[in-house]
Amino acid sequence: MSTHTIEPLAEITPAAVEVHDVHKWYGAHRVLDGVDLTVRPGEVTVILGPSGSGKSTLLRVINHLEKPEIGYVSVNGELIGVKQQGGRLKELSERAILAQRSRIGFVFQNFNLFPHLTVLDNVAAAPVATGRLGKPEALELARELLGRVGLAEKTGAYPRQLSGGQQQRVAIARALALRPGVILFDEPTSALDPELVGEVLAVIKDLATSGTTLVIVTHEIGFAREVADRVVFIDGGKIVEQGPPHEVLDKPQHERTRDFLSKVL
Amino acid sequence: MTEPPGTTVSLADAPSADAPSKPLTAQRVQPLRRPGRWIVTLVVLVLVAQFIHGLATNPFYQWSRFGYWFLRPTILDGLVITLEVAALSAVLGLLGGILLALARLSKSPVLRAASWTYVWALRSIPLIVVLIFLYNFSALYQTLSIGVPFGPAFFSFDESKLATDMAVAVLGLSLNEAAYAAEVVRGGILSVDQGQHEAASALGLPKGYQFRKIVFPQALRSITPNYVNQLIGLIKSTSLVFYVSLLDLFGSAQTMGSTYPGDIVPLLLVVTVWYLILTSVVSVIQFYVERHYARGATRSLPPTPIQKLRTGVTDLRARIRREAAV
Repeated sequence: MSTHTIEPLAEITPAAVEVHDVHKWYGAHRVLDGVDLTVRPGEVTVILGPSGSGKSTLLRVINHLEKPEIGYVSVNGELIGVKQQGGRLKELSERAILAQRSRIGFVFQNFNLFPHLTVLDNVAAAPVATGRLGKPEALELARELLGRVGLAEKTGAYPRQLSGGQQQRVAIARALALRPGVILFDEPTSALDPELVGEVLAVIKDLATSGTTLVIVTHEIGFAREVADRVVFIDGGKIVEQGPPHEVLDKPQHERTRDFLSKVL
Repeated sequence: MTEPPGTTVSLADAPSADAPSKPLTAQRVQPLRRPGRWIVTLVVLVLVAQFIHGLATNPFYQWSRFGYWFLRPTILDGLVITLEVAALSAVLGLLGGILLALARLSKSPVLRAASWTYVWALRSIPLIVVLIFLYNFSALYQTLSIGVPFGPAFFSFDESKLATDMAVAVLGLSLNEAAYAAEVVRGGILSVDQGQHEAASALGLPKGYQFRKIVFPQALRSITPNYVNQLIGLIKSTSLVFYVSLLDLFGSAQTMGSTYPGDIVPLLLVVTVWYLILTSVVSVIQFYVERHYARGATRSLPPTPIQKLRTGVTDLRARIRREAAV
């Protein structure tokens, strides 16, 4: 007890996401080269970077869709994909990893809705399959969430009958159905027609203001400026700089950040 | 210099044809005439008529004997055997195929190799050889036992009691069918988008649920047409069970044919018509199964024949009304 009083904050409220010295490589290609990142609960973090910089991989490491070669990730104080045993990290069983993933929301660039299920079933499937809710409660929740993303009218439709923006909003409702502590967005608007981007960003913004912890990979600089508590710029598998948006976006310290921003703005 | 006649005519005619043209109004475009199509239709109709005429009038076919045999109890008993063997082998073969496909796609190299070897072996051996092998199996192994190889046996069966002709037939066909079904199912699973696997595992759906509710239903869309193709092959392959002394549809006709040698042709016609009926029934079922699994894959489902007929009738009525009005 007494030894912990010096640095108690991290112990009492663990970081929502903590990425610790993560390395990931495919063959000889280093995708992540020692990334450290801490996201506090309720914080909105936007990750920027050129394509191939490792930003999507970083996001996929957080929910263990990709295994880091070295390093570890914890979400709300819980190690992801591994357990600590006598000072060593051991791989968890697939079942345990799936259970952990159900506590982390993930929204894909290409939506990846289940095309053979109705919109309502897409949202209700996970709470039922993971045994958290009975079927009627899950359908009730799904209706409520679809209402929240403005799609109460579309419950009976199949995903391919919807526009891209509507599909992505269903995907967000599907992630919310598991009441995740953290939601990860992997370029949520990159596959959308320009006029549909706004409706998806509005839903994400609504989540941001409601205090949900979000980590968002995006190219929407304007959106980052508006909602982010922190902007992280990543290049070559390393975090180049991070800070509040008005610092990173308006007064970037590094040449590479300036170079990137001059190209996208 | 010889100019093609068409060119000069059109050059001379073109302006004069255009000159008095009335101002264009929005109107229905006159469809292109296709005389070639009419000629082909006529030729085909004549050939079909000749064929039907031959079928009906050639005494060689003995249609009265066909009528006599078509619903005879021996033939119908054979038909029931054919249906039983086909249905059991289709279900067991598909189940075996799913297991083999999962083994082939698993992460375990041993399972992958075992599955590959099975498919390789069973696709190489002719079905008739498999059947006759199994038929003689009880001679090769008097008892079948489950236990440690070279060690004690836990269970043992008297082979000759287990292996009825029916069991041999179903087993042989299922073993063969499973090898082909494995490839059909594997192809179907591979055709499901990688993003679906990712989305299912990102949501933390349990592994069994991912396969049963997410991946397999989508795979069925491409499995169905291929497996029905298999199934039609299987229905016809059941005629081979005659060689393991099971009297199926073909077997009964064959036996009757040796008793009444004069009726061989009508008996073969009876068999042909019954196989045609079975295949047609399977095709109808295929249409509705495919339609069921197309939900969500297309924006709207293809119409059933009844719906097509209904819209056809209403369209025709509307057209007649329009023409009458003009």
